[in-house]
Amino acid sequence: MAKVITSPVYVVGDNIDTDQIIPAQYLTLVPTIPEEYKKLGSYAMVGLPDELYPTRFMAEGSTEAEYKIVIAGKNFGCGSSREHAPIALGAAGVEAVVAESYARIFFRNSVATGELYPYESRERLIDICRTGDIATLDFDTDTLTVGNQTFSLKPIGDVRPVIEAGGIFNYARQSGMIPSKA
Amino acid sequence: MTLTEKILARASGRPRVEPGDNVWVETDILLTHDVCGPGSIGVFKREFGQDAKVWDPAKIVIIPDHYIFTSDRLSNRNVDILRDFAKEQGLPYFYDVIDDPNGSWKFNTEAGQIKRQYGARYQGVCHAALPKLGHARPGEVLFGTDSHTCMAGAFGEFASGIGNTDAGFILGTGKLLVKVPETMRFYLEGEMPPGVMAKDVILWVIGDIGFDGATYRAMQWEGPGVNSLDMDDRMTIANMAIEAGGKNGIFPADKATHTYVSERTNLNGTKTDYNPVELDKDQKLIFDKVYDLSKLEPTVAMHPNPGNRALAKELEKVKLDRAYIGSCTGGKASDFVAFAKVVRGRHVKIDTYGVPATSDVVQELKATRWDTQSVWDVLVDAGVTMTENASCAACLGGPPDTFARLNAPLTCISATNRNFPGRMGSKEAKVYLASPYTVAASALTGHVTDPREFLS
Repeated sequence: MAKVITSPVYVVGDNIDTDQIIPAQYLTLVPTIPEEYKKLGSYAMVGLPDELYPTRFMAEGSTEAEYKIVIAGKNFGCGSSREHAPIALGAAGVEAVVAESYARIFFRNSVATGELYPYESRERLIDICRTGDIATLDFDTDTLTVGNQTFSLKPIGDVRPVIEAGGIFNYARQSGMIPSKA
Repeated sequence: MTLTEKILARASGRPRVEPGDNVWVETDILLTHDVCGPGSIGVFKREFGQDAKVWDPAKIVIIPDHYIFTSDRLSNRNVDILRDFAKEQGLPYFYDVIDDPNGSWKFNTEAGQIKRQYGARYQGVCHAALPKLGHARPGEVLFGTDSHTCMAGAFGEFASGIGNTDAGFILGTGKLLVKVPETMRFYLEGEMPPGVMAKDVILWVIGDIGFDGATYRAMQWEGPGVNSLDMDDRMTIANMAIEAGGKNGIFPADKATHTYVSERTNLNGTKTDYNPVELDKDQKLIFDKVYDLSKLEPTVAMHPNPGNRALAKELEKVKLDRAYIGSCTGGKASDFVAFAKVVRGRHVKIDTYGVPATSDVVQELKATRWDTQSVWDVLVDAGVTMTENASCAACLGGPPDTFARLNAPLTCISATNRNFPGRMGSKEAKVYLASPYTVAASALTGHVTDPREFLS
């Protein structure tokens, strides 16, 4: 099945750590409780410094971001092991992050939860894209098109079916690794 | 094979593993706390059913520690979720905040932050408490829902941080799919000179390799220099593997390890037998470097990340508003004793806060006497605001009423482990990471200070 998303992008720098994605004070919210999951989304990226990010990720009073794609530099998601980080982004409506590299636990949590696709770029896209640019992410060709430029991304490979299934539990059930729910 | 490979091979029932192999490993201990426990339990129940039973109650350790001494309603509730789960599942190793197994936790704001508000079983920061309670054993596999789980690598085990979904999977199955990491070796020679602490060692190394320099990798510590490091020192170093992006940090188990572990397992009645792994002669390493401990100097990680290295003596111009000592990496009894040595008979010049990692540390500092005074009183007399309520506290900010949280754009020097923007509260605050010696000396002067001038 062809999968393509088109959306304005939100561009962040290098080393965006989990405190910037979801500050620790909001970790009181439990992601498996539906209303608290939604609330986590409303705080996504609120830790980004105001002076560096005058255009805020989440519009005032909104619970869903207009950006389905986040473009990032190196070491995205470093710091804590909080799964609240990919969950907050997913709950805010983000479907994919395209970063130069990831911190290990963030990448893993993104896949385990199925919240978002952690793509790796070959170029330093944060020097090319601007927040608000419209981009198209094509999952079948592993490419990101911004304006008239198309960038080839590192193939997401085995991770795609896990995220498509909705995370490791659904994937493990679909593939018979663990029994179906009673 | 390296230490990490040997442990993962055994835990996956294979004769050998190679870096990059994806293997299913059996978990010896799953650790969780009040911030990620409720979500992990939620995943477990959602996926395995409301009436599901955990794979092995004796292998689950739950230590509430993050947001305890706060009036935040959800934080108090989260401790209650842990208690309900422990009761329902018959978990023997839940270290509750309160004594009543049918009670509920509510922080008493009026009683304040300073005086003890916990029961007999409460411990404090999970990574500091876990080995003290006899849950860390050489050769084992520990997963924890916290990035600083890697601290237990000090005891010769594979210890790594995971998310709630993976923890929910382990709760049901005891297993986890793991990619075998490549190993970087840090070969230590010599001994630390006066004024230098284990914190300086790890800050120096992270500055060297970069704070993403060990991403997806194991950091293995070896060499004659390791013998001069006590278990607290090794914990400080292993704790910060994640600050270089590492999957785990690991020390070989030696006599000091075995003495500590057998004492602690016997004391708390936990499993006493274990099977350590020994160092192989042929290890495939992705990085191998010798560090001479005797050449190190007091080191600081400047705002805004743990790899932003400088020497304390180069930063004398950095003016400070606050000093903080606490956390898993910097709130052990030995950390406070080091701090007290510097401030004894002197007085701090800036707001200085101390949060012991565990309830044991509080007791030890009160019981240890220097002449007529306890170490605790030495600290208080020097102007340090000490709380008896052991917890993670301001190390990771937390709810706004958290003790010593940076609620304004302050510049703080801290004995903790992480200093990304917003880590300790305000996202405009600046945090400098340093050893307890350096934090103490800086508290006395109000600017970043090399502690050696106070230690002669």
